[in-house]
Amino acid sequence: MKPTSHAFKSNATTALHDERLQRALGNMRSGFQDKRLAAIDKLPEFETLRDLGRDIKNHTLEHIDFYLERFESKVIQNGGHVHWARTPQEAREKILEICRSVDAKTVTKGKSMIAEEIALNDFLEESGIEPIETDLGEYIIQIRKEPPSHIIAPAVHLNQTDVEESFRKIHNDLPVDRPLSEPRQLLDEARAKLRNRFIDADVGITGANFLIAETGSTVIVTNEGNGDLTQTLPKIHIVLASLEKVVPTLDDAATIFRLLARSATGQEMSVYTTFSTGPKRPEDLDGPEQYHVVLLDNGRSAMLGTEFQEMLRCIRCAACMNHCPVYSAVGGHAYGWVYPGPMGAVLTPTLVGVQEAGHLPNASTFCGRCESVCPMRIPLPKMMRQWRKREFEKKLSPGTFRAGLGLWAFFAKRPALYQAVTGLAMRVLGRFGKDKGRFKSLPLAGGWTSVRDMPAPQGRTFQQLYRDKKRAA
Amino acid sequence: MPDMSSRDQILAGIRRSLGRTKIEGEQAEALTRRLENSQPNLIPQRAQRPHADQVRLFVEMAEGVQTTVSRVASAADVPEAVADYLKQHNLPAELRLAPDEWLTGLPWARKKTLTIKTGRAEEPDAVSVTPAFAGVAETGTLMLTSGPGTPTTLNLLPETHMVVLKASQVVGAYEDGWKKLREAYPGQLPRTVNYITGPSRTGDIEQKILMGAHGPRRLHIVLIDD
Ligand code: SF4
Repeated sequence: MKPTSHAFKSNATTALHDERLQRALGNMRSGFQDKRLAAIDKLPEFETLRDLGRDIKNHTLEHIDFYLERFESKVIQNGGHVHWARTPQEAREKILEICRSVDAKTVTKGKSMIAEEIALNDFLEESGIEPIETDLGEYIIQIRKEPPSHIIAPAVHLNQTDVEESFRKIHNDLPVDRPLSEPRQLLDEARAKLRNRFIDADVGITGANFLIAETGSTVIVTNEGNGDLTQTLPKIHIVLASLEKVVPTLDDAATIFRLLARSATGQEMSVYTTFSTGPKRPEDLDGPEQYHVVLLDNGRSAMLGTEFQEMLRCIRCAACMNHCPVYSAVGGHAYGWVYPGPMGAVLTPTLVGVQEAGHLPNASTFCGRCESVCPMRIPLPKMMRQWRKREFEKKLSPGTFRAGLGLWAFFAKRPALYQAVTGLAMRVLGRFGKDKGRFKSLPLAGGWTSVRDMPAPQGRTFQQLYRDKKRAA
Repeated sequence: MPDMSSRDQILAGIRRSLGRTKIEGEQAEALTRRLENSQPNLIPQRAQRPHADQVRLFVEMAEGVQTTVSRVASAADVPEAVADYLKQHNLPAELRLAPDEWLTGLPWARKKTLTIKTGRAEEPDAVSVTPAFAGVAETGTLMLTSGPGTPTTLNLLPETHMVVLKASQVVGAYEDGWKKLREAYPGQLPRTVNYITGPSRTGDIEQKILMGAHGPRRLHIVLIDD
């Protein structure tokens, strides 16, 4: 499908009249922001905790090799295994090897952005293993063959009627005239459908919000309990985590919990915060017999010591995108990779290469709201500016960030997804038509083009912007 | 360096980026001390109060996240409270009891209407009853640990999860829970530690909060005022 400006225009018009999409984005705006404010109002120490959270992560990053080695030795001591993966490919292959060792047919998955980052589902499918997403939002987008549009609310771009439509199509063993117009009915149907999948799965794969060096524990934070079922019922539990998830101690993790749920959903604490330490013990009546941790680098080690090191403090709370005027206008798919919003604008170029994603840092109005709500006090606007400078001055040495490693592999491996992303990006971009004045400095059409015409360089758009910016400064 | 493992390459890459070599000697000892003598960073004021107030806060916070709480004067009253709850909610009088010595030792036989099985949860168990390791007042959070008497599936599979907690087990902050845990399990944590704050929920359909996504739809605490 070759893009034309004609198609873009007509899709933009469609989006302006796409009430479903606009309603979905509207839900998002009203939901997260008020709840966050209410929750932090109730905790007078919140600002001090942000300082502490930042300091804990800074300390950890300065000594991350030490803490990772300590974590590893504790996991082994607990009877688990640690596998280090430099690249998505190494991580995928290790996971496949573990799955094959028990002749796995199905794998349940807790929500994991790292699994998205390494495009694990498509890889498992190609290898004859069925991956089953169990987080409700992930399940919905999996059956719709769409990528997530938000890091904690992957189906936030959809309405209840979209979900109903998909369930009727996929759950075609159920009576066609069953009532499905209520969210409750949809949830009950998904719960019933997934129950047996949890029980039958051979392997359960989860991400991790934290790795605890003190105890060798991995931690997941969820509201649904799907991650817990995923890691408790199968024979094997695989934890897939990137290096920077490590923190020194349980006490350090406790400090950061107080920031995470409040910043993310406005809850005081998420429903399930679960610490897994090794495989089940001999006398235990349940739990996995094997426990594996796959530690993914994929560019993180190269971010250390650079002006982007601070990005590794990110705890994936999504506050920055929940408060971003650009995100709330275009939705997450427009960003073209797994991490949208301000954190994605900074992280994506570091992980997939500035040549491919260098346009993302332009998707900002520099209003500064992201930094003001980031619980880890990450200077997101500063880093976006840094990217612009770097790209403009072309000082990037080719060895520093491996260009394209993730992104093109990601899309090359999932052509259907590529279509979905680009198709959707075209539609959401139409929203700009409404807010032209507000976002006139936003060359997102350029961003969109670079996804369409890979690997078209974005030099012109960027340079214009850079000059404007310099003049303004 | 073709022979280096991914592990060694990653660690070498980290050290190269940070512009230093492996941490050894005194600095490594200092970091080890930080790990081995871990101290709380900051405990919110709300968690630091006399124990009776912590219990009050625990109940208030738990109810704020849709956990329900009933209080009994002694452990012997627990079976009655469990039976009452099931009746009130029109739930079957059948339950899966954690095979924990203390819990199974309560006078369950007095409640003839209850059908009781012990063990891990299996489909289609509708109700489970488990003990707790602690309750954390600051957010009304239960702290549950896995072990031979406390299989984790009981906390997750049934639609209704009932937890028996003694008031004396309530602590102020998460860190107080860690302290207790390190004392009870020196050297190695249990396989699973669950911090549970309310019944399972999701907001994935239009951000409407619905209970009972995959875990329990109802979470009820029987609090013993010991
Ligand atoms: S950058 Fe900050 S606000 Fe955004 S997801 Fe990460 S921690 Fe949260």
